Amino acid sequence: MLKVLLARLAQGHRTIPFPGEAPSLPDRFRGAPELDPTKCPDGCQACVDACPTGALAQDAAGPRLDLGRCLFCTDCTEACPAGALRHTTEYRLAVREREDLVIRRTLEKRASALEGKLRSLFGRSLKLRQVSAGGCNGCESDVNVLNTIVFDLGRFGIQFVASPRHADGLLITGPVTENMRLALRKTYDAVPPPKLVIAVGACAISGGPFLDHPEAHNGASSVVPVDLFIPGCPPHPLTILDGLLRLVGRIEEGAGDRGDVPAIP
Amino acid sequence: MNGACFDRLAALHNGQAVSRDRVPELPFLDLRTAILEGVELGGRLAAFFGRKTASGGAVELVAVLALDAEGQLYVGRATPEGASFPALTPECTQAHLFEREIAEQFGLAPEGHPWLKPVRYPPAGEGRSMPSIGVADFYRVAGEEPHEVAVGPVHAGVIEPGHFRFQCHGENVFHLEIMLGYQHRGVERALVGGPTKRTLHYMETLAGDTSIGHALAHCMLVEAMSGTRVPARAHALRGVALELERLANHVGDLGALAADVGFLPTAAYCGRLRGDYLNATALLCGSRFGRGMVRPGGVGFDLDPARAETLVARLDAALRDTRTAVELLWNSPSVQARFEETGTVSREVALELGLVGPAARACGVERDVRQTFPSGIYQFTQLPVATADSGDVFARAQVRWLEIERSVEFIREQVQALPAGACRAQAGAPAAGRFGVSLVEGWRGEICHVATTDASGRFSDYKVVDPSFHNWTGLAMALRGQQISDFPLCNKSFNLSYCGHDL
Repeated sequence: MLKVLLARLAQGHRTIPFPGEAPSLPDRFRGAPELDPTKCPDGCQACVDACPTGALAQDAAGPRLDLGRCLFCTDCTEACPAGALRHTTEYRLAVREREDLVIRRTLEKRASALEGKLRSLFGRSLKLRQVSAGGCNGCESDVNVLNTIVFDLGRFGIQFVASPRHADGLLITGPVTENMRLALRKTYDAVPPPKLVIAVGACAISGGPFLDHPEAHNGASSVVPVDLFIPGCPPHPLTILDGLLRLVGRIEEGAGDRGDVPAIP
Repeated sequence: MNGACFDRLAALHNGQAVSRDRVPELPFLDLRTAILEGVELGGRLAAFFGRKTASGGAVELVAVLALDAEGQLYVGRATPEGASFPALTPECTQAHLFEREIAEQFGLAPEGHPWLKPVRYPPAGEGRSMPSIGVADFYRVAGEEPHEVAVGPVHAGVIEPGHFRFQCHGENVFHLEIMLGYQHRGVERALVGGPTKRTLHYMETLAGDTSIGHALAHCMLVEAMSGTRVPARAHALRGVALELERLANHVGDLGALAADVGFLPTAAYCGRLRGDYLNATALLCGSRFGRGMVRPGGVGFDLDPARAETLVARLDAALRDTRTAVELLWNSPSVQARFEETGTVSREVALELGLVGPAARACGVERDVRQTFPSGIYQFTQLPVATADSGDVFARAQVRWLEIERSVEFIREQVQALPAGACRAQAGAPAAGRFGVSLVEGWRGEICHVATTDASGRFSDYKVVDPSFHNWTGLAMALRGQQISDFPLCNKSFNLSYCGHDL
């Protein structure tokens, strides 16, 4: 017993003061990409050609990046001859509308809070059922981590529950394989209305690396309506937490919209 | 090695590519005999799979035998005549899931297979119908008293989907049948015709918690096929990344085991510490899961001296706290009582099933690719194989702890003596007509990739064997005669991958 107490003392207090203080992220962390079309050489397609998921496109208005498809890899930044693309350490990436993930320079509009009745129902207590539908266990791992003492998700009134009948919504990961389609649909139907759906990761938003595979369905929206999109491959736990807190109105609307990038320690 | 069987096969070392014609083509019965004799002499079936021959139509079977004692791989191929072949499984249990896979993918029936059921439920195609997911002839215990418990695919926690069917008598489990395939997303199919710009991303998401392991196995193959020489510094950094991956997962598993027996202190501490090891990987390459780290020709990110110093300091602190947290497990009789003699797998069963990784080592089987088939940095440094002998949850926990200590020690050594020079060489494209095999000791065990290129240097087939493929049956065996309430504990002690199995 004494050893348990001594260990407790040695381990210390580990819960981060989020969202009160800006978190520390590694300098190499690949957050929101930033595009500078003025640097693009005429007719250059290097980034578009390098992108594994077709997240990048070039049109009359210049390059366009779909963060819903983006794997946050280095293929485009390495291919760009002019340094017109770079990753910032901006981790706040969640949006309410799918089209808000399509950016020209950087992410401008972040998720707004639920409104009216939904806000009053779920603002202080949100129970979620997680469904992994073809995910690689990357997103699942970094969702799970929110339950550790570091993030302590429970202090925000958000909790993962074992049954869809006890849930207010689903948090979906994976591209929705054909083999999970029915199970996902049944789980959704078992959640009592009104209900929310949160799509976490490139797979659940767009199919991710498995985009257009006949064995999968290009994301959660193919089966159920989605209320919150959290991009990444996988999203950092703070990206997920930030998205959840914005949805329930625990992070001030508009925070981060002006591109105030968190400090790097 | 004495044994005519090995003379009939081609010998390869880990991470070697040869002309695809060097893989001997045998009459099927000769290949069958060679495999059976090879396994009898201590070989393991690392891979056994089908592929369509270039001329189309016929299905060719390829076998990769791993001989741990020699550190040699033996390969051979054969094309069975007709729509069936005499199954190996009745004489060689290791072949059971491989033969089910062959039957499912190609409609080629292993005759005499005692347990011929679906593996992944791929979509129907080529004029063949497929059962719907989860539909199978589940084994049932008849009678008034036994009852059946069905769990999944959607589970209570934040976990991947799979279906578990228990045959119970009261609390006791007679038999557990595991039916997977819910994560099947067609990766192996999509790899054919590559490498493409998605290939490396497929590798990093075969099992997202093993991004380094699978990406490394793949890059070893591409480098062997293209004749790329990897700089020494890159080898060292790959080893560092692979051990960091092992650390994060092993520490997380020990915490989860503590949680499953209701011992919350270690569960809480290890949950946090797992993040510290993941963040160490992010310090290296920006991603907690090592995405972008392993690249053909070397690594995507170098380790500068300041970063190396930070890494070692963080690891030292993390190991200190991990030790405090894990020692609580060994010192708490209530934990030991739940770990010991729970989910026991005997050494005989482990050998018969061909288990790999910590699950095998916990049964006293000295099997570790880093030691038996060393490649890259592991050729220059010795990592002692950690084993335990009781084959139970306790042994699987203990093996993990021993490996945690050794991995930290390994990283410290590597980081402090990093070879100078570049960390990445320009990698060429795979040459035409090559065949290669690579093995990597991922944190779950042996990862095996086997690929062949066609006349234009494109993958004509690409086989991935995740360690989970070998080990899921080990979990089913561990549950025999156990209390059903111990399933979460046993499951966590194996912590297998669903997506790595389903591909």
